[in-house]
Amino acid sequence: MLSMNAIILVVIGVVFVSLGYVFYSRFIAEKIYRLDPNYETPAYTKRDNVDYIPTDRVVLWGHHFTTVAGAAPIIGPAIALIWGWLPAFIWVVVGTMFFAGVHDFGALWASVRNEGKSIGSLTGEVVSIRARNLFMIVIFLLLLMVNAVFAVSISNALVATPSSVIPTWSAIAVALVIGVLIYKMHVPILWPTIVGTAILYAVIWVGDQVPIEITGTFMGLSAGPQWILILFGYAAVASLLPVWLLLQPRDYINGIQLFIGLGLLYAAVIFASPEITAPAYNSEATGIGAPPIVPLLFVTIACGAISGFHGLVASGTTSKQLDKEPDARFVGYLGSLGEGLLAIATIVVVSAGLGSSEEWRAVYSEFGIHGIDTFTRGGANIVAGGLGLPVEFAATLLTVMAVLFAGTTMDSGVRIQRMIIQEWGTIYKLPFMQNHYLATLLAVGSCLVLAFGAGGSDGQGGMLIWPLFGTTNQLLAGITLLVISIILVKLKRPSRYTLVPMLFVTTMSFLAGLIQLRGFYENEQYTLLVFDLAIIVAAVMVMFEGFSAFNREKTSTV
Amino acid sequence: MYLADEFYKAPYRGAIAREKRDQDDLFMLLVFSELMGVPNPASYYTLELQPVLLEQFHDWHTRMGMEKSPLDDFRCC
Repeated sequence: MLSMNAIILVVIGVVFVSLGYVFYSRFIAEKIYRLDPNYETPAYTKRDNVDYIPTDRVVLWGHHFTTVAGAAPIIGPAIALIWGWLPAFIWVVVGTMFFAGVHDFGALWASVRNEGKSIGSLTGEVVSIRARNLFMIVIFLLLLMVNAVFAVSISNALVATPSSVIPTWSAIAVALVIGVLIYKMHVPILWPTIVGTAILYAVIWVGDQVPIEITGTFMGLSAGPQWILILFGYAAVASLLPVWLLLQPRDYINGIQLFIGLGLLYAAVIFASPEITAPAYNSEATGIGAPPIVPLLFVTIACGAISGFHGLVASGTTSKQLDKEPDARFVGYLGSLGEGLLAIATIVVVSAGLGSSEEWRAVYSEFGIHGIDTFTRGGANIVAGGLGLPVEFAATLLTVMAVLFAGTTMDSGVRIQRMIIQEWGTIYKLPFMQNHYLATLLAVGSCLVLAFGAGGSDGQGGMLIWPLFGTTNQLLAGITLLVISIILVKLKRPSRYTLVPMLFVTTMSFLAGLIQLRGFYENEQYTLLVFDLAIIVAAVMVMFEGFSAFNREKTSTV
Repeated sequence: MYLADEFYKAPYRGAIAREKRDQDDLFMLLVFSELMGVPNPASYYTLELQPVLLEQFHDWHTRMGMEKSPLDDFRCC
């Protein structure tokens, strides 16, 4: 079997996504979305210096990119490599160029052109109120999935790499100190940043020397589920603290780690030039329990190809801060490009860093057991080989990075979930749901049900929830693309550039939902079965609403 | 440096500003509490602040969805 150097993959990936930005995004910006530098964005028309405030496009891009980039472009490809590296690679590159770029960019543009409204509100206006209510439910389900799946991923990573326990939790202490220094004591940003980052890396070295494992059981739960409980306890507290104290500095450190991590990985791959030992297409995949590649590949890799979550972020805060309309191309499209780069890096390290072909097959012997620690193992070998760091240190470093990415998503996820529950309390006039603490309890409780329903009290099979997360995420992306398509039809512009991705993504997530339904039934995972059913029903209803709205606009003579 | 500063502040600027706005609103409502029938032990002091907070009161009732001032004795618009 011809063996290929990983650098080829890196070059092809980077070149193609860059071409996508230079040519395809320009085409979409000029011909389809028709960005106008003189259009007065909501940051100006509704300026209140609270939510609506014009912001520099580099800052906005940084915020958008670091918010959406999480552990998903790491975990997704790590799982999807079971089908071989080629399908994952093609999906990431094509997805980033033609699907994610258009989706993130479009959500931002649609929101900016509509007074900065979120995609949820837009769905109500453009499709129907029923669709908007369904959309809110899908968002809640997605947040549930995100929190549960990341909790399971993090706990698996902490169990697999005990040296990462101290650094991971010390990052919280570092964040708290930075938060107080910058917000309360008005220290300029440079020194806390440098010293904080240095301390983080020093603590990674400490963690290497002092690995921590949870031994024994607590209320019948083994180490993994105990970590899950601890994580949700932490997320609950984090979501209730003032944002300047923990969430803001955490997100900041996270952003810095993201850039350092990307730089480290790509530099390591370039210096190490490892050979790819994974098969391009793994014909033994079905034999080892992997579900069919179509449709499951497309929901296993969501972030890094296309993800509905990004549209939420784009239309949630970013659109309200956009200075000029042409910035939307830079912020939206380039943001999804960054995710794609992280996913490509993961594909490379997992296909080239796990030793010989036989060793790779030993790691990829079963479906649904991969995640952060697979990435860590492959990455540590390459980083050690390429940059000369000791393997254990590199492994701890990469684990801490990935866990921090997932952790900050969990923090924000629980906080947003709490806010949605409180909003429902307001809409449906249920005062008890508006209480901060009760809403947090409800949010965390529902996530725990899902996390334990997925993993079981023995913590096995936890990552089988990942494709369900992908399914929900893609469904959200499909709805967003549908809304953008309907807006384009109303403007009498070509809608096929958003409609084709929308049809593809929705069909795949619907089929994936159905296939997983059977799997959950056969494995008697009834909690997951119920959630899957809820998602499928929501998908069908939204699609009906959407197509009727689409036809309405197409045939309207107004 | 400006970019790094903005990179830190921009993501949560809205959330923090909203919290501050809520706290300021509470203070403003306390200053105007007598006009709403709530006895105010510090009225001697808060009376001085009423003209200062007039703009804020107008912003507040507009934000709450009331087109005109809700207080009959207090016409800001």
